[in-house]
Amino acid sequence: MAFYIGRRILQSIPLLLLITLLSFGLMNLVPYDAVDSIANSKMTEAQREEKREEYGLNDPMPVQYFRWLKNILRGEFGNSLLSHTRIMDDLRIRIPNTILLVLPSYLTAYFLAMAVGLYSASQKGKWQDKLLDSLSTIGLAVPSFWIALVLIYFFGYHWKLFPLLGMHTIGKEWDILDFLHHLFLPYCVLVLAFFPDLMRYVRSSALSELRQDYVLVQRAFGASKREILFHHVARNVCLPMISKLGMSLPLLVTGAVITESVFSWPGIGLYFVKAVDALDYPIVMAILLLSGTLVILGNLLSDILYCLIDPRISLWKKEG
Amino acid sequence: MQASRGKAFINRILSHPHRVLASIFLIGFSILALILPLLPLDPEGLDVIHSLAKPSIQHFFGTDEVGRDYFARVLYGGRVSLMVGFLSMAMSIGLGVMIGLLSGYFGGVADFFFMRLVDVLSSIPWMILVMVFGMVFGRGLFSLVMVIGLLSWMETARIIRGEVLSLKEREYVLYARFLGIFPLRILFSHIFPGILPTIITASTAAIASSIMVESALSFLGRGVTAPMSSWGSLLQNAQKFLQKAPHMAILPGILIIITVLSFHQWGEALRESLLLERE
Repeated sequence: MAFYIGRRILQSIPLLLLITLLSFGLMNLVPYDAVDSIANSKMTEAQREEKREEYGLNDPMPVQYFRWLKNILRGEFGNSLLSHTRIMDDLRIRIPNTILLVLPSYLTAYFLAMAVGLYSASQKGKWQDKLLDSLSTIGLAVPSFWIALVLIYFFGYHWKLFPLLGMHTIGKEWDILDFLHHLFLPYCVLVLAFFPDLMRYVRSSALSELRQDYVLVQRAFGASKREILFHHVARNVCLPMISKLGMSLPLLVTGAVITESVFSWPGIGLYFVKAVDALDYPIVMAILLLSGTLVILGNLLSDILYCLIDPRISLWKKEG
Repeated sequence: MQASRGKAFINRILSHPHRVLASIFLIGFSILALILPLLPLDPEGLDVIHSLAKPSIQHFFGTDEVGRDYFARVLYGGRVSLMVGFLSMAMSIGLGVMIGLLSGYFGGVADFFFMRLVDVLSSIPWMILVMVFGMVFGRGLFSLVMVIGLLSWMETARIIRGEVLSLKEREYVLYARFLGIFPLRILFSHIFPGILPTIITASTAAIASSIMVESALSFLGRGVTAPMSSWGSLLQNAQKFLQKAPHMAILPGILIIITVLSFHQWGEALRESLLLERE
């Protein structure tokens, strides 16, 4: 197992290198002169040139790329061009904020989707299934920021039940209730955003399980529909859902870009959107790289989970 | 065969009332979008006294913050959204089909290169990738189409590649290759017809998702620029006046939902008619 994981990690290195090349290449294409953010407007052209030399902006591209890569490997993402804060420190503050928002929402949507999806599949052809299926289809077509606006209008402005923006009331930074109060609306938006896709996935895998021979055999032996559904079908539906859990790892960082912007939630998504607006490219590169790494790790995690849970599959024996 | 396919599709539409409604909406709205400049609707006319008015007989959708007729603005915005959706779809499907055909049919270096490209592009969360490409291309309608098109062909390419791999082992294709027919001709006259249904189904999904992406990007301020507006940029603007004029946020959103749903309905009908054909 350790051997398999080790090999998978080694295999993902070329892909990671390609991602670094892509991020570096893209950022060099952005029509923007990096010296503008270091120099101030009073500097003469000669002084600007000096700064350029000092920061290594005149070096050939490959030299700059390897210098950047070396820094990344040491865990040094550089400083923000705009605020001059260390990106690493910013990320340390903001990633937990995003996780606090995304994790509960995703888990709620995930378990709700399992329950509703299985129920819907068990009622196949009846009105309950048709209703749930149409609702999930509509859910896929609803932009999450629109739901956010509607919720803000009714719960925030109209009924004044929930705060509109941010994560805390100023001065109540450590008040859990105040935090939950702020969390509620973005949490609802994200649950609604994650749910339809997951539910359709559960429903369709449950439907294809129900067509399997073993279901027919169980029926023949007089098992009740309920028993089949919860003992056999549910277990087999869990498998692909668990691998989905692994693949959703990157959501913890980038799962709420739009929702965070609507609610001014101080997480990675808002940080990223602001950096894109300001052409603050060191931040953009850091997040690009971070999210790419998480996707690769997530895929690895989902493979490992799959093997741990399903005794029928053993990737490392088959391949190794 | 083509005619019977068309008939099967129309049957699948007529058998579901909501699909008929979806079709009426899509066809009607497309025609409206085309002839819109001929109609006596002015999306720019100011009427500051009646700003932020609620929907009424004079203004079906109310007015915006400077008193412009919101009905006209939503229609013109929809025109831009549909256009971005259609053009991005054309670009993404075009790229996906071309790359899928080349990779699947010729294999070798081209296949290796394109599939690694798919791997890299798929290993960065999509929203992040789109925003970063947006930084490179700048803002506006053209770059929006480029960004969405350049970043959404991967799934189509993967599916087409798979189908080409199986189609090229069919006897009629093997025979054509044996006869020494020029590869491009085999691709177009023997393989292309086989993947056409997949292309059409992928197209309806691509338009729907392009419209969603366009609205999200414009909402984040990374989409079309003023004076042009789309449903997404109308919603971005509406956010500022949410308390006083909720209709400005609610109406364009409902239109996005109806449009996207209608394209999904067409996709469903296409898939069903194809399934029937294969059986």
